[in-house]
Amino acid sequence: MGLLYGLIAVGLALIFGLMDVVNFAHGEFLMLAMYVTFFLFTFFAIDPLLSAPLAAAALFVLGAAVYLVIVRFAMRAKANVGMVQIFATFGLAIVMRGLAQLFFTADYRSVPNSWLGGKTVSVVGIFLPQPQLFGALVAIAAFGGLYLFINRTDFGRALEATREDPGAVALVGIDKNRVFALGWGIGGALVGLAGAIMATFFYIYPDVGASFALIAYVTVALGGFGSVFGAFAGGIVVGLVEATTALVLPPSLKSVGIYAVYLLVVFIRPRGLFGSM
Amino acid sequence: MDKSFTERRRRDLLVAACLAVAAALVPLFVKNPNIQNIMILTLMFGALSQSWNILSGYCGQISLGHALYFGLGAYTTTLLFMKFGVPPWFGMLAGGVISALIAMALGYPCFRLGGHYFAIATIVIAEIGLLLIQNWEWAGAALGIEMPVRGDSWLKFQFARSKLPYFYFALALACVAWFVTWWLEDSKWGYWWRAVKDNPDAAQSLGVVVFDSKMGAAAVSAFLVSVGGSFYAMYVSYIDPVSVMGFQFSLLMALPAVLGGIGTLWGPLLGAVILIPLTELTRSYIGGSGRGVDLIVYGMLIILIALARPEGLIGLFSRRKEATR
Repeated sequence: MGLLYGLIAVGLALIFGLMDVVNFAHGEFLMLAMYVTFFLFTFFAIDPLLSAPLAAAALFVLGAAVYLVIVRFAMRAKANVGMVQIFATFGLAIVMRGLAQLFFTADYRSVPNSWLGGKTVSVVGIFLPQPQLFGALVAIAAFGGLYLFINRTDFGRALEATREDPGAVALVGIDKNRVFALGWGIGGALVGLAGAIMATFFYIYPDVGASFALIAYVTVALGGFGSVFGAFAGGIVVGLVEATTALVLPPSLKSVGIYAVYLLVVFIRPRGLFGSM
Repeated sequence: MDKSFTERRRRDLLVAACLAVAAALVPLFVKNPNIQNIMILTLMFGALSQSWNILSGYCGQISLGHALYFGLGAYTTTLLFMKFGVPPWFGMLAGGVISALIAMALGYPCFRLGGHYFAIATIVIAEIGLLLIQNWEWAGAALGIEMPVRGDSWLKFQFARSKLPYFYFALALACVAWFVTWWLEDSKWGYWWRAVKDNPDAAQSLGVVVFDSKMGAAAVSAFLVSVGGSFYAMYVSYIDPVSVMGFQFSLLMALPAVLGGIGTLWGPLLGAVILIPLTELTRSYIGGSGRGVDLIVYGMLIILIALARPEGLIGLFSRRKEATR
């Protein structure tokens, strides 16, 4: 679970690190990915295992489109830049939730009998549910892929350079908007992957994103804003804290542990675990 | 410069007084309870947004967890009334004091955090409050508390026959919130806050007590929001954790200020006057089917205004004024 939190959060961290924008529709991105997976399964009987790349691709397009249509303009604001970003993406979240209610209804849905669903695997004597295990593997693979992408390709380097100094990259001929759109696309694709996997073991409904989104913000902030590695580590911490809290407190209070750890960490280290000044 | 500022302040006060009198006369002519309800909510959100604006707009500490104080006010009043028969007026005061104290206690560690870390901390703290209330059986847990109507009385702050007393209280609340803002704008604190918002380091070096001024803003802001919460609880006579303390409510409170103009005297009221009737009307005309159309309209509107008028709608007025000058 922690690795999945990490996967959701990495996309958020990437976007934040790139341009200081928090995507308040991140949870709705996740919700949409879960619906994509659900419909691919229901209508075309495509197993979530196979539809994960499709969901990622769909969310890549969405992420890039959101940047080009909304965020690009939000960043041009001269006054209250922070608030404009918050409310532009928050407005988007409301619209997406409304659209989900309109087209998919408020019913709870689930992906039954996927290839992974309900089975468990025994790893050195501990029984693990297969979807979660698979999710963990995908998360590790995706994180590895992202790491290689950022560090080994031209586009990754452009991404990193734009992050460091958006003004200077324009001088060497890098189109800032393309790089940012790509960043949003990748952020979307990562949350798309996470959504496809989570569709196999969570109910799907229009508001499902909200609860995960808050955990994603906490995860990112815990790891330190802007640090992709921090987000991943944050995810693992959050997963462990959640599991530990569940042993002590009733299930309805399990998120309190996560929030408390977040507060504790930032009060001691106001920049998060791996954040730089 | 100084003279025109004093003049502007005097004019603001005059305009506000005229508006308040005009607003007070409206319900004598408008008897439709639905419209009265919308006016009450508009005034309430105007007051809430104005209070939120003190900490987030003037002092620049963006709080996305003010629903915590709203919920504290609502719950303190309701619980004291239901469990101990304490009149809501005392509940209101108690809620306000508790909220202000909690705001300062939370401010102590939180004000060290910058930017997004602060905003997320406020969300998380409000969310913890929400989860605790949801799991508190004595306080009605997730189901909330319904308040039985015990007749018409100012002492119990319940009026079964007419919405007018609620209307006048909401109006008074909006006036108080406006007046407090107006008064603080030109006080030592007001200048400190703007200095802290613009550049905390420079403010510190010039002798502004950054930390204390943030604390002051938090306390005033939380107190007023909490009184709003008490009023809301008495007005709807039913509260549940998500509707008074949810994240959604924190944003609803902030929206009018953002729409109208953050960190301005008139922005929150202007935003509320536009936003709340619109929200209520879309909800009652197209949202009744529960199919999300009202959410779509509302969300689109937020995006459009955020993108087109980042400085808030109040900018329309000041720009025109500069042009004619």
